[in-house]
Amino acid sequence: MVDHLLSFKDLKIEATAYPPGEAPKHVVLVDGVSVAVEKGKVLGLIGESGAGKSTIGLSAMAFGRGGVRLTGGEIVLNGRNIREASAGDLRVLRGKEVTYVSQSAAASFNPAKRLMEQVIETSVAHGIMTKPQAEERAVSLFRQLSLPSPETIGERYPHQVSGGQLQRVMTAMALCPKPDLVIFDEPTTALDVTTQIDVLAAIKRAIRETGVAALYITHDLAVVAQVADHILVLRHGKMVEYGTTDQIINAPQQAYTQALVSVRSIDHTEKSPAASVLSVQGVTARYKGTTFDVLKNVTVDLAPGQTLAVVGESGSGKSTLARAITGLLPPSAGRITFAGRTLSPDLAGRTKDDLRELQMIYQMADTAMNPRQTVGTIIGRPLEFYFGLKGAEKEKRIQELLDQIEMGKGFADRYPAELSGGQKQRVCIARALAAKPKLIICDEVTSALDPLVADGILKLLLDLQTRENVAYLFITHDLATVRAIADKIAVMFKGQVVRYGQKTDVLTPPFDDYTDLLLSSVPEMELGWLEKVIQTRKMEAGGN
Amino acid sequence: MRIPLSAMIGLVLTGAFLFVGLFAQWIAPYPIDTSVGGVWEGPSAAYWLGTDTIGRDIVSRLIYGAQVTIFVALASSILAFSLGSFLGFLAAVRGGWIDQGLSRAVDLVMAVPSLIVALVMLSVLPLNLTVLILVMGLLDSTRVFRLSRAVAMDITVMDYVEAAKLRGEKQTWIIFREILPNALSPLVAEFGLRFIFAVLFISTLSFLGLGIQPPLTDWGGMVKENKDGLIYGKAAAMMPALAIAALAISVNLVADWVLSRTSSLKGGRGG
Repeated sequence: MVDHLLSFKDLKIEATAYPPGEAPKHVVLVDGVSVAVEKGKVLGLIGESGAGKSTIGLSAMAFGRGGVRLTGGEIVLNGRNIREASAGDLRVLRGKEVTYVSQSAAASFNPAKRLMEQVIETSVAHGIMTKPQAEERAVSLFRQLSLPSPETIGERYPHQVSGGQLQRVMTAMALCPKPDLVIFDEPTTALDVTTQIDVLAAIKRAIRETGVAALYITHDLAVVAQVADHILVLRHGKMVEYGTTDQIINAPQQAYTQALVSVRSIDHTEKSPAASVLSVQGVTARYKGTTFDVLKNVTVDLAPGQTLAVVGESGSGKSTLARAITGLLPPSAGRITFAGRTLSPDLAGRTKDDLRELQMIYQMADTAMNPRQTVGTIIGRPLEFYFGLKGAEKEKRIQELLDQIEMGKGFADRYPAELSGGQKQRVCIARALAAKPKLIICDEVTSALDPLVADGILKLLLDLQTRENVAYLFITHDLATVRAIADKIAVMFKGQVVRYGQKTDVLTPPFDDYTDLLLSSVPEMELGWLEKVIQTRKMEAGGN
Repeated sequence: MRIPLSAMIGLVLTGAFLFVGLFAQWIAPYPIDTSVGGVWEGPSAAYWLGTDTIGRDIVSRLIYGAQVTIFVALASSILAFSLGSFLGFLAAVRGGWIDQGLSRAVDLVMAVPSLIVALVMLSVLPLNLTVLILVMGLLDSTRVFRLSRAVAMDITVMDYVEAAKLRGEKQTWIIFREILPNALSPLVAEFGLRFIFAVLFISTLSFLGLGIQPPLTDWGGMVKENKDGLIYGKAAAMMPALAIAALAISVNLVADWVLSRTSSLKGGRGG
């Protein structure tokens, strides 16, 4: 018989939701989930948002966030059912047998206390070890997690280390009391691409060396494939598929899992170079009141109906480039030509046609739409504003646009809050299309979306590109997206374009060090990929 | 939608006050300025709350007083909100020297207690309802300015406002179509509270003799007229005071309910 550390039997979790202005609603978050974690093994929980993966993760220490109730089934930890354990028992168990690593370390640390104090707190409070013992163990964990100067890093405050380091300190905190099980709740999701795999590798090594069991929660199958022994695929709170990592990745049985595995395998052929619709020449820009150039001599161009992907990690200046092109941040030097005209550097000097032909789609569709306007008003406004459409003519065009984004009748009367994440982004696309633009700047438009939904958006964008002959300036940190849709690529690093050209040229070796780092930072759906990459890459991510 | 009991009480009372104020001429049993009985008579079937310092019916005067008090407070609050929120939004949207200029001017006005400013202004200006409303509205608009600027600041950084700017929309569109609808809930709740402050303020001014002038009357003025009766154990001054308190509490109950229902400022389940 296999030695189970933790097992869920027919777990049911319910909650009461409070939609504003409506009667409270009863919802079932998790239903009929049965799965077990063996000692020293890692179980990956994967699914889209709302799949119940975090809820299951937290239930491993019999905890439910506000209003969440563990209503049915068994949660057996170390041979006893903890689902209805007393508060006293749970207090002993949490932080001793089970610990937790959250997504945002920055939001989880107390900014007023030194790291060491927080790392050893649970171990000392539970009487597992004395303070000096705990500190000694913390230092050795810091070393295991390859944190810089492990002896002294504990003396620092949370704001004095980088995001990736903080996430590793949090892992040390979770491992310090020698728990049997650690819950990792999307530990690398909030990190920059290039930092992500360093943290991932550190977590994986620490798990292996301490022999702890873990629940690893993520929405990214490629990430979980690197660390987990088994994977449980969840959807809408129900089990879809359970198996070894090898089986899930290489031979998925269920259609949903297959879709997750094959995500981003969009068929796209690179278009050949052509005369440009947008040309950015030697643009340098800085924010008001600073002395630091966030864009340095950036030169790129883009042909009609093609896609230029601008990639780089956060802070590389890619969104600033978009602000310079749209006129929100007038460049201090350089020239931007668009559709044969030289654009005025600032917004106020641009003509209505300049504004109309250059549209923008944002990362967070939530904040990109006025919550007090209906979809019809949101899409209708550019029609009214640029083309003077009114009445039935406008309604007809709104319906056409809704059809184009594959959303049916009836959506025109809805408010943004009544749409799903993917639908919101589609409405934003429709609003941009309504202006009949020549260029759409897409700023991380798929980063906030679940993989399958993001796939749908990318396919829609490509489809619209062929139909409307619109060019995209696609800003992203995700190279998988870039591979799927780009014709040209500009790699940005610290405000400069370090590599630029047709997609195949940019993605063909030899690479410069930064491009190599960036390319090697995209987790692939392949077992053992992480080890291979850590050994072969040329440069370490900044901030480590 | 379920209305909590406290809000229900507030709604009913506020509604009753408004109704009485609106139809004072038809409801009041006696004229406003005629002595109908003895001095400081106690409550009786003829005079429900007794008579005042020169024998006028207190119920009738309360009813006429409600009309004036509510009208002045409402008018000055509306003025304060129109002016304050427009300037507040403008400051948030434009930023730069417009924001600096307006904000510092508001700081300057707010640095001096508004009662003192009002007393000085009313002593030099002619005393009539228009001046009173203008002075009170102007002073109160500084508070509204601060609130609406803060609320609008949160909204101007939203991508949808940026999208509107990129579309080429005019500032008036951005203020009235993008910002205003999203700033409305906290402003509506604040309106209730500012209205109450206006009631208290006009009552204070009248009590000091610089507010409503005879033959018109308001509740603060009635307290003033009858305050000497307190020494002789006459309750006439208490009636208008109670009316002020009742109005303040009932409007507050409504404002609280509006705020908790819609505002995210209180950490409520915002909508």
